[in-house]
Amino acid sequence: MIAIKNLKVDLGDFLLNNINLEIDSGEYFIILGPTGAGKTVLLEAIAGLYPVLEGEIWVEGREIARLNPEKRRIGIVYQDYSLFPHLSVEENIAFGLKLRKCPKASIKEKVNDIAEIVGVTHLLERKPQTLSGGEQQKVAVARALVTEPEVLLLDEPLSALDPETKEMMQQELREVHWRTKVTIIHVTHDFEEAIALGHRVAVLNNGCIAQIGAPEEILRQPNSEFIAHFALSRNIFTGEAEEGEDGHACIDVGGIKLRGVTDLRREVRLSLRPEDIIISKEPLHSTARNCFEGVVSDIAHRGAVVYVTVNVPPNFICLITRQSFEELELKKGVRIWITFKASAVHVF
Amino acid sequence: MTKTSVWRKPDSMSIVFILLGVIILLFIFVPLLKTVSSSSPGTLWNTLLDEEVYSSILLTIYAAMIATLVGLFLGVPLAYLLARRQFWGKRFLEGLIDIPIVIPHSAVGVALLFVFGSNFLAGKIFHSVGIVFFNSVAGVVIAMIFVSIPFLIDSAKEGFKAVDVRLEKVARTLGASPWRSFLRISLPLAWRSIFSGSVMMWARGASEFGAVLILAYYVPFFGHYARVAPILVADRFNSFGLDYARPVTAIVILISLIVFIVLRTIAYRGEKA
Repeated sequence: MIAIKNLKVDLGDFLLNNINLEIDSGEYFIILGPTGAGKTVLLEAIAGLYPVLEGEIWVEGREIARLNPEKRRIGIVYQDYSLFPHLSVEENIAFGLKLRKCPKASIKEKVNDIAEIVGVTHLLERKPQTLSGGEQQKVAVARALVTEPEVLLLDEPLSALDPETKEMMQQELREVHWRTKVTIIHVTHDFEEAIALGHRVAVLNNGCIAQIGAPEEILRQPNSEFIAHFALSRNIFTGEAEEGEDGHACIDVGGIKLRGVTDLRREVRLSLRPEDIIISKEPLHSTARNCFEGVVSDIAHRGAVVYVTVNVPPNFICLITRQSFEELELKKGVRIWITFKASAVHVF
Repeated sequence: MTKTSVWRKPDSMSIVFILLGVIILLFIFVPLLKTVSSSSPGTLWNTLLDEEVYSSILLTIYAAMIATLVGLFLGVPLAYLLARRQFWGKRFLEGLIDIPIVIPHSAVGVALLFVFGSNFLAGKIFHSVGIVFFNSVAGVVIAMIFVSIPFLIDSAKEGFKAVDVRLEKVARTLGASPWRSFLRISLPLAWRSIFSGSVMMWARGASEFGAVLILAYYVPFFGHYARVAPILVADRFNSFGLDYARPVTAIVILISLIVFIVLRTIAYRGEKA
């Protein structure tokens, strides 16, 4: 287990104060916060690269807050990957093992094993400059993992990637996490990443931890403006994905079964954008696979648009224009129908 | 990175700039070429075989090399600190390092004598271990170090600054001590800047006249007495006139150019990879 107790770090302009976290061994933990919240510095403080003013950091029963970084057994992957440009991919990955004076044969074996896990075996001879962003990131992850750290810190690992690669790398990170069982602390400003990857999320705001919990819990009761902004932008559910009719997955989200497009058949998290939901007074006869009746439970005006919360249950947040809102004569307690396509249900 | 060729669009500004550039290039190269070409190869060869000339050239190359090695040992760590650390008075310190460039070099010679002369503290300390600076190779070396060290420190500092500090941080988390991270990451990555700074330091040291003239005009060097090449050229001119000074000047120019070109080629090799 990793326990951070009353950590205090001076960021120059402000303080990271009273940081308390308990992270289970093998957990994929997300620290979510807006840009400039001190997320990178918090990771560097954990890794021993930034001085800690006060507090304790416990990793698997060792207090490490005053140790040098080379003694902490904590790996880090920066946003720009920070591969050593004068070394080949193989030498980059082997760097930590060589420092530990491992025998040559065992270095070779460990490098090959980890290269296989992250999928960079074919790149071992290359120089970092010749790799794409996604490939560089895999190498950086391999380099950190090969020394078998107790914690792997990821600093905005996906934010420099294009959307397609990003999705692929999320999958890769999940896979690597599943295969190595390493404890991961991943910082990001991107709620999508938090939903897609995190077992639990801590929200960092104004130098403090504002909230800790599963992503959907945090969305339900946002405790900071940063999250409140997201809270209206996503419907998040957790449920068991099962085989449905005509190849769709059928996901039980507590009371109703949503249809989504995914090959996953296990507990999944899914997100649905409020603007993808159609509101109507009568059930819609259309190609959309999901159609439910519910009661309007909340209405939030935001200029030209209106966020309507519909309790089916569970609650769905829907985004409609002001004009539609007036035409439908919506108010609290009115019974209406919501409709959305299976392809609008994004499954992780 | 591709640079736009000035030839692609010969607009009026490019034409004026090219003409101005040609003037300054001619100003640099015509005197050098004229001096070198005015002596026949036979004369040059005979001049080179003159003991006074070759021992002077060897002394110059040797002393500048020692100066550069001392500069590397003492200057590179300082350059690293200046590149990495923020501290009070850093700006002032950086200005201080460049002072040798602006002080008249004869004044440097006098100032050095005041510290390293046998009657003064540093001079006495070195004297006790057998090193004398006045009229000795050691004197040539310290004069060269003083006037040329800014080039190495500044270049090495820029080199270290260009190394992303996160590379060093990652190395630390992978198990490297600060020493290891410096030797395995920072130093190899800043190496080209350090080397080209060394070339500049060596070249500047080898061409030093004023400070050496005062501190170590005529020094014992491997069984002979020798003067550094810039002093030899000046002496020949002052004593015997332009005609007599010309061949030795040509030799000094040629050798300086050859060494400088070779070193620069090594320093920039592979840069366009």
